[in-house]
Amino acid sequence: MKNPLKIIKGRYLTMGVPYLWLLMFFALPFAIVLKLSFSTAAIAIPPYEATFSYIDELLNISLNMGNYLLLLQDSMYYMAYLSSLKMALISTIGCLILGFPMAYAIARAPARLQTVFLLLVMLPSWTSFLIRIYAWMGILSNNGLINNTLMWLGLTSEPIQMLNTNFAVYIGIIYAYLPFMILPLYATLVKLDLSLIEAASDLGSSSFNTFWKITLPLSMGGVIAGSMLVFIPAVGEFVIPELLGGPDTLMIGKVLWQEFFNNRDWPVASSLAIVMLALLIIPITLFHRYQSRGMENDV
Amino acid sequence: MKKLSFSKVMLWFGLLFLYVPMFILIIYSFNESKLVTVWGGFSPKWYGELLQDDQILGAVWTSLRIAFYSASMAVIIGTMAAFVMTRFRRSWAKLTLSNMITAPLVMPEVITGLSLLLLFVEMSEIFGWPAERGMLTVWIAHSTFCAAYVAVVVSSRLRELDLSIEEAAMDLGATRLKTFFLITVPMISPALIAGWFLSFSLSLDDLVIASFASGPGATTLPMVVFSSVRLGVSPKINALATIIILSVSLLAFLSWYLARRSERKAKEAME
Repeated sequence: MKNPLKIIKGRYLTMGVPYLWLLMFFALPFAIVLKLSFSTAAIAIPPYEATFSYIDELLNISLNMGNYLLLLQDSMYYMAYLSSLKMALISTIGCLILGFPMAYAIARAPARLQTVFLLLVMLPSWTSFLIRIYAWMGILSNNGLINNTLMWLGLTSEPIQMLNTNFAVYIGIIYAYLPFMILPLYATLVKLDLSLIEAASDLGSSSFNTFWKITLPLSMGGVIAGSMLVFIPAVGEFVIPELLGGPDTLMIGKVLWQEFFNNRDWPVASSLAIVMLALLIIPITLFHRYQSRGMENDV
Repeated sequence: MKKLSFSKVMLWFGLLFLYVPMFILIIYSFNESKLVTVWGGFSPKWYGELLQDDQILGAVWTSLRIAFYSASMAVIIGTMAAFVMTRFRRSWAKLTLSNMITAPLVMPEVITGLSLLLLFVEMSEIFGWPAERGMLTVWIAHSTFCAAYVAVVVSSRLRELDLSIEEAAMDLGATRLKTFFLITVPMISPALIAGWFLSFSLSLDDLVIASFASGPGATTLPMVVFSSVRLGVSPKINALATIIILSVSLLAFLSWYLARRSERKAKEAME
């Protein structure tokens, strides 16, 4: 005889453990960031003043808007947001241009080879992110491999500055996030109904036209998911601009890091994070909508 | 000869783009010269120096321990969440849970790191716990974001599963818990192992979240690498990078091989 009470308990436990964990270590932290973004920086440990205080039966809530006003007034901050968005956008397009044909070729390869190619694409993303970015430092530097080769070939007489420029940051982001673009693209392209493409070419459509009118619209879900998987983390990227970028590379992740660790201005760092989240809310919901739709389709 | 299509050319170009930098790194790790970019002859001496660097060795041990515990916790939380996502009826609670668990997949790391650090600071202000940041706080942080990856991997496997086998077990009198451990777990074990290894490598690799969540007592390997890389390219780091690349490739190949073998066995058993 099954004990119904036990079943219910089991269900609550299965749901309750991850739920509580995520509330505690995912949702609550964001509430604290929001709270702290309204507090005042202070020279203390921790370096901010309390937002809520209860003195003489009075609950005092002091919301300091100064951090947000500072973000508006100091052009450095919104320039950082703008250039982060621009750099993430260009890198996403770069990933798409390189990743789409790759995903297409993998999806069309014989079934046995598909897993091998997928493994080859995934493998670099399992090895250290930091080390893959580091590898590019040696290649792009003034006496690095590319410059040495160019000078040896006599194409340039002196090294071209590549490391510590925005160009290096683009290379780094595209290199690091390419697998995240390919995987969702592959997942939609492999399900594509080939007879539609055959029908189009039977009816005399050029291969470019077929791609533009059939392949691309049908794989839009993968394009969106892949682009969001590249774009969103790229906006907040810290390691790549820090190691490959130059002094004029302005990215919001780097600015946040400096405000937090170097200037020890926790409230400003928090408000930078809140504004970054607000900017990313549209791409994040776009990604979630695609994800949940994909899951329902699978069932 | 078969015509090479544009997409095939791009595939090979893309794979070269992915692998050439790592091969160059491996080659240069055997460079005798102290100057990283000038070839001074073959020598494994940087590997020897690496083995004498106590700071790096200590960080490796810290990182491995954190990764082991984080991966284990992430599998527990992620699997539970995957069950809720695939087996529970649609409800408000299920929706918020599946939104929360997949959110770290796309969240910029600086935000996740900052928010967790502020939580730990606030908690120690209010409860006096955690007294200071260290391995425990990094473990919590890593378990949380790795659980997201486990949930995705395990839930896609759960969706493919034939429910009738579990129903049969329960009809024959097995309790839900017994059915889970005797029927469901063996059937999803490839996904559990894959999720564990994925979490393990993600935890080993993470720099940003660990930098926020860690205290003076727990320096992970990426933190050591980052601080030395910031100063420029060094041959010792090349040697370390080579060891990391080779061991991860070996592990990845092994897990892929094991997964394929178990899949083939399962297919044979079905026939």
